[in-house]
Amino acid sequence: MAMSFEWPWQYRFPPFFTLQPNVDTRQKQLAAWCSLVLSFCRLHKQSSMTVMEAQESPLFNNVKLQRSKGHLFLLPDSSLKYLWRKAEGRQQTEGKLPVESIQIVLEELRKKGNLEWLDKSKSSFLIMWRRPEEWGKLIYQWVSRSGQNNSVFTLYELTNGEDTEDEEFHGLDEATLLRALQALQQEHKAEIITVSDGRGVKFF
Amino acid sequence: MDRFVWTSGLLEINETLVIQQRGVRIYDGEEKIKFDAGTLLLSTHRLIWRDQKNHECCMAILLSQIVFIEEQAAGIGKSAKIVVHLHPAPPNKEPGPFQSSKNSYIKLSFKEHGQIEPGRIRAVGIVGIERKLEEKRKETDKNISEAFEDLSKLMIKAKEMVELSKSIANKIKDKQGDITEDETIRFKSYLLSMGIANPVTRETYGSGTQYHMQLAKQLAGILQVPLELLSPEDLVNACKMLEALKLPLRLRVFDSGVMVIELQSHKEEEMVASALETVSEKGSLTSEEFAKLVGMSVLLAKERLLLAEKMGHLCRDDSVEGLRFYPNLFMTQS
Repeated sequence: MAMSFEWPWQYRFPPFFTLQPNVDTRQKQLAAWCSLVLSFCRLHKQSSMTVMEAQESPLFNNVKLQRSKGHLFLLPDSSLKYLWRKAEGRQQTEGKLPVESIQIVLEELRKKGNLEWLDKSKSSFLIMWRRPEEWGKLIYQWVSRSGQNNSVFTLYELTNGEDTEDEEFHGLDEATLLRALQALQQEHKAEIITVSDGRGVKFF
Repeated sequence: MDRFVWTSGLLEINETLVIQQRGVRIYDGEEKIKFDAGTLLLSTHRLIWRDQKNHECCMAILLSQIVFIEEQAAGIGKSAKIVVHLHPAPPNKEPGPFQSSKNSYIKLSFKEHGQIEPGRIRAVGIVGIERKLEEKRKETDKNISEAFEDLSKLMIKAKEMVELSKSIANKIKDKQGDITEDETIRFKSYLLSMGIANPVTRETYGSGTQYHMQLAKQLAGILQVPLELLSPEDLVNACKMLEALKLPLRLRVFDSGVMVIELQSHKEEEMVASALETVSEKGSLTSEEFAKLVGMSVLLAKERLLLAEKMGHLCRDDSVEGLRFYPNLFMTQS
């Protein structure tokens, strides 16, 4: 099950870790960040995270980022000197997206519907690589396909039942599932109910 | 006292009487003279004194001859006086009571009650003074327009120079033919006529204070031509008008506020394309690295890179290592 995560080319591009001032460039940069966060969280089956965790995660830290071969340094006596960092002449530095920029990426995800803050102080969040509405649609499609409208399910059955093993939403975390069902509820396609040992849902 | 001229005392056309006072004595400077009792008349044009005993003895000075007037307070045994300071008499003056006088002022004292307030003479005299000021103003205007004539001639010459340098620059760029000796001589003669015997270029002096010192000296030489004092503010304001006046130079203000003067023909945007090439070749560059490579000041190098970023050709990497520019792969890669 463990796959090596394939980082996108941007992850090795130093400017990726600086919030770009050019608006058009920034748009592209943020889109790339959002995509990276979602695919990273999907692979690692991470449905929620704290901002602290995010800061420390390899997601926003490329410890092996290479910047340049050499560097021009301005010395105190105002003379310019070309210095090399390591023996190989390759400079190993860190690519670290500053926390303010991380916040901007998270806000972008929230606007797109892929992120929800779990507390008022915005210290932890729910991350959904598919938006709740999209999950709701998939679930409802399966319900209709299998002719199970007007059936009642427990939440557990939906995500962990045998019948759903082949479905994408199999193994979905409860928080996301709930939001998916809430979306369906809004469309009057489902109703969240209380069952014997927790919650369940009735589909229409 | 030699400023006075004999007069009939009759007022001219357009001349009106403002005020008159009897019992006025005239002094030549500090000296008492025979004109000790007369009627002083102030008109719109002149100060007239007529002898009370001998009406035929009547003299006047033009108000425009008055420089200024002051009051002298009364003392013990001394009456209050008005001191009237005068301009020198014109050479072609009409005859008057005195051919010459060593004094450039007269005094008026008033025996009878009241005296003409100096203010009234002053007020009327101001008209004369204002007339003189107007003349002076007209002369100054003339001087300024002559000076600007020089400046516009200078600008025309600058335009010719620019045309020539453009053609030379193109030849270098297209590697088309040699720069003829004639062109070289023409170019050098233009520079000489502007007072630049040995043109300063970055090659000769490199970047840095030496370059700026030499440039400043040459600038001082050029700017001395029609003007004496020029504040930096005025220079900037003048430069702001360059484009509007369709002169061959223009002022360019970068987003950061940095101002440069460039040739109208200079296309910074085109320079940006070549900057992108340079950065791409090296992978990434800082402003200092770029400046050194291209041979320009770090300040202008930064402005060019920032412009390239603004235009979307470059993007930045801002870290503890410093500010570094990369080709904008965000836009070019899928």
